[in-house]
Amino acid sequence: MTISMVNPSGNLREQMPFLTKMERVIVSMQDPDVGMKMRNQRLLITVIPHAMTGSDIVSWLTQKYAITEEEALHIGNFLVKYGYIYPLKEPRNLCLKQDESPYRFQTPYYWTSTRWPASEMDYAIYLAKKNIRKQGELIDYEKECYNVLHKRINHTWDFVVMQAREQLRASKQRRKADRLVLEYQEQAYWLVNRPPPGAMEVLEWGPERGSIANPRVQLVTGHCFFLNNACVCECSFVKYCEQYQDHDPIMQGCLPSNPWITDDIMYWNMNSETAVMPTKLRVERWSFSFMKLLNDPLGQKEFLIYLEKEFSGTSENLLFWQACEDVQHGETSRIADKVDEVYKQYLAPGASNWVNIDSKTMESTLEGIHQPNRFVLYDAQRHIYFLMKKDSYPRYLKSEQYKNLLEKAIVPQETKKSVFPFMRRQRHSSPSPALLTQAGDDDGKALSSSVRANTSAPSPT
Amino acid sequence: MCDHTFVAITFGPCDSCTLNKPLMNIYLQNEPVNYCSLCVEMMACQGLTQGENLASLKAESEGLKLRLEEERAKLHDVELHQAAEKVEPLGQLVTKARRSLKGHGNKVLCTDWCRDKRRLVSSSQVTEHAVTMPCTWVMACAYAPSGCAIACGGLDNKCSVYPLSLDKNENLSAKKKSVAMHTNYLSACSFTNSDMQILTSSGDGTCALWDVESGQLLQSFHGHSADVLSLDLAPSETGNTFVSGGCDKKANVWDMRSGQNIQSFETHESDINSVKYYPSGDAFATGSDDATCRLYDLRADREVAIYSKESIIFGASSVDFSISGRLLFAGYNDYTINVWDVLKGTRVSILFGHENRVSTVRVSPDGTAFCSGSWDHTLRVRTGRYLSLSDTHTHTHTHTHSLT
Repeated sequence: MTISMVNPSGNLREQMPFLTKMERVIVSMQDPDVGMKMRNQRLLITVIPHAMTGSDIVSWLTQKYAITEEEALHIGNFLVKYGYIYPLKEPRNLCLKQDESPYRFQTPYYWTSTRWPASEMDYAIYLAKKNIRKQGELIDYEKECYNVLHKRINHTWDFVVMQAREQLRASKQRRKADRLVLEYQEQAYWLVNRPPPGAMEVLEWGPERGSIANPRVQLVTGHCFFLNNACVCECSFVKYCEQYQDHDPIMQGCLPSNPWITDDIMYWNMNSETAVMPTKLRVERWSFSFMKLLNDPLGQKEFLIYLEKEFSGTSENLLFWQACEDVQHGETSRIADKVDEVYKQYLAPGASNWVNIDSKTMESTLEGIHQPNRFVLYDAQRHIYFLMKKDSYPRYLKSEQYKNLLEKAIVPQETKKSVFPFMRRQRHSSPSPALLTQAGDDDGKALSSSVRANTSAPSPT
Repeated sequence: MCDHTFVAITFGPCDSCTLNKPLMNIYLQNEPVNYCSLCVEMMACQGLTQGENLASLKAESEGLKLRLEEERAKLHDVELHQAAEKVEPLGQLVTKARRSLKGHGNKVLCTDWCRDKRRLVSSSQVTEHAVTMPCTWVMACAYAPSGCAIACGGLDNKCSVYPLSLDKNENLSAKKKSVAMHTNYLSACSFTNSDMQILTSSGDGTCALWDVESGQLLQSFHGHSADVLSLDLAPSETGNTFVSGGCDKKANVWDMRSGQNIQSFETHESDINSVKYYPSGDAFATGSDDATCRLYDLRADREVAIYSKESIIFGASSVDFSISGRLLFAGYNDYTINVWDVLKGTRVSILFGHENRVSTVRVSPDGTAFCSGSWDHTLRVRTGRYLSLSDTHTHTHTHTHSLT
C-alpha cells in the first residue's frame, strides 16, 4: 500500500480539531481495561479477530459519556462515516446499525487525519488492483473514475499497473484473514475519500480559510485593563435572567399564544409598534432600563408626553437626543444640514429648545460643528442621555402617567391551540415592510429611520 | 462609486529611509506604515536603554503577562455557575418544528430575521427573494432594520444591498448596489441601527464600516491576524461598539468611532465561528471549531463560562441567546443544535433533525421562535417551551426532538 504522505495545506489535525477529538474517542474505545469488548467474527469460513457489534458500540458510548442512546448512535455514526470504524457486513454502506452487525477499528495508517488529501496515483493503484483481481469487479462510478484517471495520469500508468501487480502479489502471501482485513480497511478508506455519487461528502469543509494571513504586525504600546470583581459581574447575569424570565417566550410562553404554534397573530398585533394600548409586560420592560424605554417607539412617545407635561418641562432633552440619533444613523449627504439644524434649535445661544450641557462639552461640540461628521454630537448626546437617565427617567417611573398606563395595560387571555384541524386559522403571508414604509416623516420631529410606523394588517380567517 | 481596497504594499520606498526595499507592513499608534526590515529593527530597539536588548524586553513582557494573569486570578473568586448555584435548575425543553422551509436548492449558509419578527432572509446561492448572485457561496446576509432591503455577500468579496420591491417578478439584481469591497471573502455583515450603514467582516482579516448611500468606507478595523468570521453589534446604551471573532482564535471588541480595538480575548483553541452579545450587552458568547462555546464578561475582562461536553466533538458554527439570556442555542457541524443553560453551564437539550451541518441559528427578535439553517438545504423554525422540574414529573410523554 503505497499511499503518499502529501500534506500540502499544513497540518490537517490542527485545522480540524474534531478529527483529534474523534481519535481520542477511538483510542479510549480500544483501551484494554475500560474499552470495548471485542471478539472474533466469523465471515463465511474465515475468522476475523477484534470485531465488535453495533449495539455494543452504542451502549459503550452511552455509558462513557452519560448520554442518550439516540445521541450515542449519532456520534457512533460519525465514527463510521469518517472511516475510523468500518462495517464487516455490507462494507460499502458506511453507517452504524444498532444491532449485531460486526464492526472493526480502522488502522491509524488509514486515518483521515494521517493521510489527507488522498492522491490520485494512490486511487489509480487501488482501482487497478481491483480491476486486475477480478475482471469487471469495478462498480460503474469506479469504472468512470478509472477511465478518467487513465487519461489524466497516463504518463505514469506503467508505474501504476506495476505497483498494483506488486501489491497483489505481496498480499497473496498473507493469511486469508489478514488479507481480508487489509482489503476491508483499504476499501473503507477509499469510500470516505472518494465517496460514490449520491453519498454525502463528509470531507467537504466549505470555503477555504486562512489563505491570507494578515501580515501586519501590531506594535502594542500598552493596554489598560479594568478588572472588576468577577463576583459582582456574575450576579448581574443571574439578576438579568431572572428579571427577563417572564418576558422570554421560550421560558414562560407568551399570551395570548405563540403565533408560530397556534397560527394566531394576535400576539404580534398586540405588540406592534403602533398598538394603541400596550401590553403589561411591555410597559413593565420600560422600567428595567432607560435603554429599553428609548428602544420602544411607544415608550419614547409616552416619555416625551411626560416631559412636556412636567412643570419644568425638559422635553428638549429627548428631542435633542432623537435629533442626534438621526445625525448618527442617517444619510451621510445630509449630515451637514442636520447638524446645522440641531445647532440652530438646541445649541445656539437663545435657541428655542436650548439644552443644558456642561460648558466643557458645549465648547468642544461647538468647535466640532465647524467640520460636521456623524459623531460630532456624540459627547453632547451622551451627556444629555445620562442626564435624562439620572433625573427624568426615575421620575417618569414614579409618575401617575406611568402608573396609570401600567394599570390599564393589557394582560391578554390565553387562547389554546384548536384541536380540530378544520378550525385551524389559515396562514397568510404578512405584508412586506417594503409596502408599508411612509413616504416621509410627517411630524417633522427627527425620528431615527429605524423607528418607522409599520402597520401590520391582521389577517383573520 | 468609490472602490476601496486593502492592498498590502510589499516592495517600494521605505517610509523611514526612503530606499527601495522589501517592506514590512506595520502599525505605529494604529496608523499603518511601511518600513523596511532594517528600519523596523532599529526603531524597535530605539526604546532600549542601556543593558536592555530584545531578549530582555521579551522576557519582561512575558513577566508582565503572567502578573496580569495572576491579578486576574485573584479577583476570579467565583465562576458563573457557582454564582448561579441558588438559581432553580431548568427542567425539560420541549421543542417542536413549526415550519420547514425547503426553497433553497443548495446549502443554507446564513439567515437573518426581519424586525417584524416573522420574515427571514437566508442565503446560499439564492436569497429569499430569488436574487441570483454570480458567486458560488453567499456566506453573509442581513435584513435592514426597516425591512426594505437586504444585504448579502460572500466569495465575491463584496457586500451588496438589494432594495426589496413589491413586484415579485421584478429583477432585483438590476437594482443591486455594491457597498463594501474587501480583498477576500465576506464572512458576515450587519446593518447598524439604520439602513444607512453596514458593518462587514472579511477573510482579509479586517472589519469595516460602510456608508450605504455612497459606498464610502467610514472606518476600518485592523487587529485580527487571520480571517474574521463573525461580528455582532452591541445592544448597550453607550452604543457604538461591536465584537468580532476570527481564525486567529481571538474575539476583539471595537469602538466604531475611533476604530480602536478596546478589548481582546484569546482562550479558544481554534477558529471562532460565531459571536453574539448577551442581551444586556455586558457579555458575549462565542462558538468555535474547538467544540466549545464560551461566555466572556466585558467588565471583568475575562472568560466566565465554558459550554462543552466530552461527547460534543464537532465545532459550533453559530450561537444565539434567548430573550432573557438564560438559554444559549448553538448549532454544530454534527447536524445538531445544543441548548445550554447559560448560568449553570449545563446542556439542557440536544435537537436532531437536520441531515447536514447546521450553519446558522437565530432566535427571532421577540423570542417566540428560533430558526436553524443547514447544509441540508432546509430552514427549520422551531418553538420551545420550558417545563419546570415539577411539570416534568407530570409530563408523561416526551416529544421527540427530531421532526419534520
